[in-house]
Amino acid sequence: MKKKHQIIEYALIIFLSCTAFLPILTLIFNSFKGPKELATNPFLFPKDFILDNFPKAWKIGGYGTTVPNTLFLVICTVIFTFVFAGFAAYALSRSKDRWSNVVLGYLFVQATIPIYLFLIPLYFLWNKLGLVNSLFGLSIIYTATNFTFSIFLLRSYLIKIPVEFEEAARIDGCSELQTFFRVIMPISWPAFLTIGLIVSLNVWNEFILASIFLNDPDLYTVSISFWKFSARSGRDWGLTNAGALMMILPIIILFLIFQRKFIEGLTQGGTKG
Amino acid sequence: MKILSSRRKPRLWIFVVPMLVVSFVVITLPSLSAIYYSLTDWNGISNPKFIGLDNYVRMLEDSEFYTAFKNNFIWLALFMTIPFIFALSAATILKNINKGSFLYRTILFLPYIFPSVVTANIWRNILNPRMGLGNFLGDMGLGTFDFGFLGNPDTALLAVAFIDMWHFWGFLLILFITAMQSISKDIYEAGKLDGTNIFTEFVHIILPGIRPTLVLMFLMVGIWSFLTFDYVYILTQGGPAGSSELLSTIVYKNAFSRFEAGYSAALGLSISVLSGILFTVFVILKKLGWEI
Repeated sequence: MKKKHQIIEYALIIFLSCTAFLPILTLIFNSFKGPKELATNPFLFPKDFILDNFPKAWKIGGYGTTVPNTLFLVICTVIFTFVFAGFAAYALSRSKDRWSNVVLGYLFVQATIPIYLFLIPLYFLWNKLGLVNSLFGLSIIYTATNFTFSIFLLRSYLIKIPVEFEEAARIDGCSELQTFFRVIMPISWPAFLTIGLIVSLNVWNEFILASIFLNDPDLYTVSISFWKFSARSGRDWGLTNAGALMMILPIIILFLIFQRKFIEGLTQGGTKG
Repeated sequence: MKILSSRRKPRLWIFVVPMLVVSFVVITLPSLSAIYYSLTDWNGISNPKFIGLDNYVRMLEDSEFYTAFKNNFIWLALFMTIPFIFALSAATILKNINKGSFLYRTILFLPYIFPSVVTANIWRNILNPRMGLGNFLGDMGLGTFDFGFLGNPDTALLAVAFIDMWHFWGFLLILFITAMQSISKDIYEAGKLDGTNIFTEFVHIILPGIRPTLVLMFLMVGIWSFLTFDYVYILTQGGPAGSSELLSTIVYKNAFSRFEAGYSAALGLSISVLSGILFTVFVILKKLGWEI
């Protein structure tokens, strides 16, 4: 009876894993196929094993400009998040008065505001400030939309760090700023790493804001240019799949290395609003 | 503890101010001004002209709005059921499995970290009527699948929702696994002594144990389903013939293709009201003593 149950359970879970994994496998297989082979072999292992798709997709998809653009966005957003959210989380973890509760409440409300409420006025405000078509301007928006999750996660970590560390630093003559950068950040690097990974993933994948705030092809991010490229290249699946694979390869590698951090960060971000 | 005196507090507050300024400029200020813009006739460039509630009256007469509204509810109904059923059953099974549990979890979670543009590309390829799965099955005699799901007004919305759910449900799975792990082992053991099987264990131990997570996710998925934009915009752009239009895609179209920024703000506000209602229901239930 027990055995029979187990077999059904394994069968179900293997079936579900296949539904998740086979489409990804198709993506990988098809990126090594030319149009001719795709017509006769749309799913299975590639017979001809063509590598041409990758340099071609790199060139047509404009990865030479979009990858540096996106990396710049990622780096700016991570630095801004570390500084702005890190500062705020530090202060909020050190004071327990009424005002810090007000700020935490504000952050929670901020996270429940749908993007469509502020998107239109924000676009026209950014337009006036000359921040449309600016990677810097977009990274400020990303920083703000990541505040709630990063501050809540950092705060829950910083709250466990004893105040004695800071006191020792202050006695050594560190200013409040020096204490943050020399003592707090180095001790709490695991939390900062989690935040950095999730913010990077969010920025790398982001589509809506990037498609609205960047109209200049020289500033496109990987996701925008891949979308345009895959729409243009119609049914040349070998080419678009090669482009897609190049876009997700860095994510998959980072995910496999830091799986626990990703899961911790993504699930906390979800449950904490 | 002397250093953490009242002298330190004002200094610490300086650390919060930069974050508040950024948040205010990017989110709060534009959100508040959206309320004003929704009462104006505005193309986004020239000066807004105050027209009172005209935009809201127009919304009630806009058939596109009704289609989008209906589609959002179909979307909500799909996302409140299918991903939850999949995630709850997979999490329950994975709890009992020893061999390879970590590998299955990794595989099932993997689609969640994919960018929407890539997920869309994977499924456009697979669902392609001439070169995809449909054709493959059609050749094997299963002709009904030889069909352009994304290009047909009757199935476009369902196809897009299916693709989004494929990407999304692994996230729920991981959350439910984490919640199930926090249930004390003793309770499972006690249940085993009482002779539970997988179904009675699920109903009497797991469901009550993960209820806070479950309810919170119902709320979040509810709110998120009003905000969906990516997949519809990437895959069908609301088409064919407006059949897969959602509130978010008509907000986008009115603001950036039709230069109706005022009307668009009114539509955006209506989405916010819907999520606000869901949120209020949640809070009221909590006040009524539901342990959520």
